[in-house]
Amino acid sequence: MSTDIAEAAPPAGRRRRFSQLSRNDKLVLLVMVGVPAFLHIVLVWIPAILTGVLSFMEWDNVTPISSAEFVGFRNYWQIFTIFDNQLFPALFNNMVLIVWLFLCSAVGIGLAYLLDKNLKGTRFYQSTYYFPVVLSVAVVGFIWKSVMFGRETGLLNLIWPGEPIDFVGDQTKIFEIQFPFLDFPLGLSRNFAALLLAMAWRHIGYIMVLYLAGLKSFDPSLREAASIDGCTEWQTFRRVVFPGLKPINVVVAVITVIEALRAYDIVAALSEPRGTEVMGTLVTNSLTGEGGGRVGIGSAYGMVLFLLCIGFIIWYVVNNFREHES
Amino acid sequence: MSTNEVGLSRGRKLTLAALLTFIAIVWIIPMAMALLSSFRYFEADTLKNGPFSWPETLTLDNYREAWRVGEIPRHFWNTMFITIPALVLILMLSSMVAYACSRYSWKFNVFFLVLFTAGNLMPQQVIFQPLFQIFKKTPWPDLLSDTNTGTLLGTKVGVILIHVAFQTGFCTFVLSNYMKTIPKELGEAAMVDGASVWRQYWQIILPLCRPAFAALATLEFTWLYNDFFWGNVLLQQGDQKPITSSISVLNGQYASDYNLIAAASMMIALPTLAVYLALQKQFISGLTLGANKG
Repeated sequence: MSTDIAEAAPPAGRRRRFSQLSRNDKLVLLVMVGVPAFLHIVLVWIPAILTGVLSFMEWDNVTPISSAEFVGFRNYWQIFTIFDNQLFPALFNNMVLIVWLFLCSAVGIGLAYLLDKNLKGTRFYQSTYYFPVVLSVAVVGFIWKSVMFGRETGLLNLIWPGEPIDFVGDQTKIFEIQFPFLDFPLGLSRNFAALLLAMAWRHIGYIMVLYLAGLKSFDPSLREAASIDGCTEWQTFRRVVFPGLKPINVVVAVITVIEALRAYDIVAALSEPRGTEVMGTLVTNSLTGEGGGRVGIGSAYGMVLFLLCIGFIIWYVVNNFREHES
Repeated sequence: MSTNEVGLSRGRKLTLAALLTFIAIVWIIPMAMALLSSFRYFEADTLKNGPFSWPETLTLDNYREAWRVGEIPRHFWNTMFITIPALVLILMLSSMVAYACSRYSWKFNVFFLVLFTAGNLMPQQVIFQPLFQIFKKTPWPDLLSDTNTGTLLGTKVGVILIHVAFQTGFCTFVLSNYMKTIPKELGEAAMVDGASVWRQYWQIILPLCRPAFAALATLEFTWLYNDFFWGNVLLQQGDQKPITSSISVLNGQYASDYNLIAAASMMIALPTLAVYLALQKQFISGLTLGANKG
């Protein structure tokens, strides 16, 4: 679709050189980029760097910041070794989330493929699968908590065979894995598993809409050629359509990973009795509320999250802009 | 357009329709149940007869109560006071960056695009603490806000600023891709006629970007409206908080009355659902503009 237009456009060399412009025009351009860039750098990038600095300090958030002390890697040492061992369960939950959201993305891609067959009522299906995405997570959290998870009235408990379960608070592990470097096992708790369902509700529709647009723009003649060559439907998808939609696949992969890593809202909205943490809530809890005042520790958690994300961000951005410039 | 549908037998079409309908029903159930509950009394009806029973009576009491106790109108205006200015600023600033970076080649244009795009993907929690301190140290006249701290912290302006800083990244990315598809000759012709950079932007490029603006505006509206993090951590006085926090307030006071909170949820969800249903086309093209890189 839009890719074709970009390819047909003149090469980048024909874009106007900055040096050919008058002084006045240069100034205007500078302001046009400068003001938003200033805001963005000061409010996003500088705080990110400062979090890195704070992660090497100890500070209680109450005394003036000049009293903050440089402590080297002690915060990192603490969160990775002694500090009430919250980091690894949270990291484990984030990893579970990545795997889960990839499964959901696959379902979303499957739904997009089915909807691309232009059956009757496609628009209705599409709007229905997508609508949870426009709801606030506060609303999603509440709806799932009351309608689905409630102990007396929840739908899940009606179809659950055994004793009624408090899906929001029950931390019984469904499975556990013992890692050699830890003296306690990590596992998936029931309340986190319940949360995964609520997240799937939002994620699948999101990916479906993204992928459907990709499928619509896919060159039909390639598909025809494949079926003339005797490919089955699955082979056509596997070998022709899926690889042909690489740009969308990259976007879906990045969205999935980033959403899983920075998950915060729905976890915070749903798990009232705490106990199920992800990195996002761990950072926030160490900085605000009851657990507040551990700025160094919170920032160290933040940096772990940042380092996990930044790899994917760089991969995506490089991928994206290299293609653009070529 | 696609030939994907060719060769489907009637039986397979029916199976497929049945499967898709089943999934649609599963998708609607949580929302439909919440909607139904919001019209029922909790203790006298839902709890006694079970949530899947036929309702004894339908009532608007939950809505009245939630409207009053949750202070829905006040929080709704708080949200609007943040969402609308932020939306306008985001579209304005990001279109300027996108214009400068996509229509002219100069040393750092790719650098800025990368900076904005990467910044948008950053987890909010990572920047929260230093941002809090920066806002606390930034003087801001109380005249321009309804707090009395003399700083940006706790003001709606602060929330607007961080939304603008964050979301400009996404919109710049989308708009610059869109602007690249506008033929260069348009700008060149205007240049020959003596139009300045600003005039080309304002009178030629912006009007052509209307579809992209419409798409981004609907998308960003729901994102800003639904924001749960910034409004809650940066605005500290209860009456300043955005509408998404109303649920937590009600949850604290009426934790056991699910139907009351369901009514509040429905009221909170209504604006974004209305925008989505009315402007579905813009909505979806906004998402796909971002993904379907031009």
